[in-house]
Amino acid sequence: MKQLIFALALFAIPLATSPLAAQSSDLGTPVAEGGSVETLGQAEAEEGGLSFTVTDESDWSDIGVAIAGFAADRDRPTPANANGTAALGREISRVITANLRNNGIFRPVGPDSLPQPSFAQITSPSWGSWSGRGVEMLVHGYVSARADGRLTVGCYLYDVALQDELIREGWVVPPADWRRAAHKCSDLIYSRLTGESPFFDSRIAYIAETGPKDKRIKRLAIMDSDGANHRFLTLGSATALTPRYSPDYKKLLYLSYVDGNPRIYVYDIGTGRQQLVAETGNPTLAPRWSPDGRNILYSMAVGGNTDIYRVPAIGGRSVRLTDTPGIDIGGSYSPDGSKIVFESDRSGTQQCYVMDADGSNQRRLTFFGGRCATPEWSPRGDQIAFTRIAGDFNIAVMNPNGRNLRVLTSGWQDEAPTWAPNGRIIQFFRTTRNSGRSALWQVDLTGRNERRLKTPVDASDPAWGPILP
Amino acid sequence: MNTRLATIALLSGTVALAGCAKKAPEQLPPAPEQTTTDQGTTVAPVGDTGPTLGTQAHFEDAVNGQNVIYFDTDRFNIDSADAAALQTQAQYLSRYGAISITIEGHADERGTREYNLALGERRANSAKNYLISLGVDANRIRTVSYGKERPVALASNAAAWSQNRRAVSVVIN
Repeated sequence: MKQLIFALALFAIPLATSPLAAQSSDLGTPVAEGGSVETLGQAEAEEGGLSFTVTDESDWSDIGVAIAGFAADRDRPTPANANGTAALGREISRVITANLRNNGIFRPVGPDSLPQPSFAQITSPSWGSWSGRGVEMLVHGYVSARADGRLTVGCYLYDVALQDELIREGWVVPPADWRRAAHKCSDLIYSRLTGESPFFDSRIAYIAETGPKDKRIKRLAIMDSDGANHRFLTLGSATALTPRYSPDYKKLLYLSYVDGNPRIYVYDIGTGRQQLVAETGNPTLAPRWSPDGRNILYSMAVGGNTDIYRVPAIGGRSVRLTDTPGIDIGGSYSPDGSKIVFESDRSGTQQCYVMDADGSNQRRLTFFGGRCATPEWSPRGDQIAFTRIAGDFNIAVMNPNGRNLRVLTSGWQDEAPTWAPNGRIIQFFRTTRNSGRSALWQVDLTGRNERRLKTPVDASDPAWGPILP
Repeated sequence: MNTRLATIALLSGTVALAGCAKKAPEQLPPAPEQTTTDQGTTVAPVGDTGPTLGTQAHFEDAVNGQNVIYFDTDRFNIDSADAAALQTQAQYLSRYGAISITIEGHADERGTREYNLALGERRANSAKNYLISLGVDANRIRTVSYGKERPVALASNAAAWSQNRRAVSVVIN
């Protein structure tokens, strides 16, 4: 009910009058918004007692974690799994296992090669059967179908050597959102063992690509952080580029050629409606949200000269933030919203600059060899990721003062970094020389753990959203 | 009169114009019959069997293929070859006062996506401004940038990239 009111309120305050019926002609059927996830008020286990010894952080990938099949109190039918809650429990464990793999931190063992604990053993593990398996950590959990049709999922992390519980939490989810419980459990484990903030329970917007290099079809698409729940939002008759999730996941900013010109739109995910962000006869590019979702940055080319503008997300007057001749484009807010890092070729080549959020105090950040493009401020605030162009295109990070450059990837053309919600992993897209085919990849801040994220078709322009509300 | 008509078309027909611009230049829109009668009497048709006035083929024939100009990496300046091509285009446009064009700006694949969109727009505007300096009415020239989204040469090498860094003039039908 609350969501409905919110949606109506949005429509009462249009961003800009957009009479073009053609604007919606490339939109697919709107996707259903996810239900809410309720966290159960279970007491956390006592702090302390983390027993595994870490002599060198680079050896963290040796943390063995056994993720046993989640037990069902009784095997009941559920819309979340054709084979009932017991089968769903094992599926949840598989999702957690896949999440924990390939992060360079854990060595997960999934439910298919482990004994299945009973429901009673979830809170009282059979220690003897786990201590001989060479794992330091044990994950148990349960699934229970509630009378109201929703599911309760409990998640428990145990230290095998200590034979003690480290943390537990539970969630009530609609059956359609069962994967979110698996992601929340993954986040609980990840955060407890690494001390880092969570990131699995989040989504990614990106551009799905098909077709030959000179007739590429580019569609707006969304998916969970692990690639599941994939949806196409546009049909592909108009080129779609550079999406950005709003911080509350209710809207997407993206560029579309739906009226024949490059223009940015705000798409309402629940209603499937979209509107122009700025009513202008000029090309608008490079849309970005402020961290609180109240403002939108966009870049507009007037007579070939591109500058960065800010407009309230509910509509209103645009404020021009840059005014140098040349291309000032993009922009990424610091997490506190006080500063914006952006790209400008005012010095002759693409370089990264920083300014206060009102456009004042503009100064160049990057002076190393090569060019700096598509800067993105980490959600933690401690790093800025960017595309470094020095011969090839690579993903690099630097401190917010422009120092301590570190190049993380070595592809032929790696472009457009986007941060995981916890600022520890960077996703980007990699284009293959000659074929022009592209795919999403992610790399951690050491640069050593790099992997491809599978997508149904080729992919580019990833934009990782925050932790789901 | 012709200019006025063109202006009205430009102002009122955003959707219609966009529809034309979305097509690749090779896809020729049908020629309007009426356009021929709108022209001045000093210019003879290209040829009895040649393309119809008002079509892209007619334009490309008349400017001898010089409807495309090329740019150096990351540059948008009009060099002497570009200037010669644009002068030919300007002559055509002064001869056929009812013709309006879209200049499509493009970049090669060796740039980041958003910057390339801005760069393509800058290149299209360079060409537009040069045509204006030669006396073509600004209202007859529309620009659109495709950044690196529409390459014509598909390899990933210097020769292909030099063909893709371009501004293409396309007759608006």
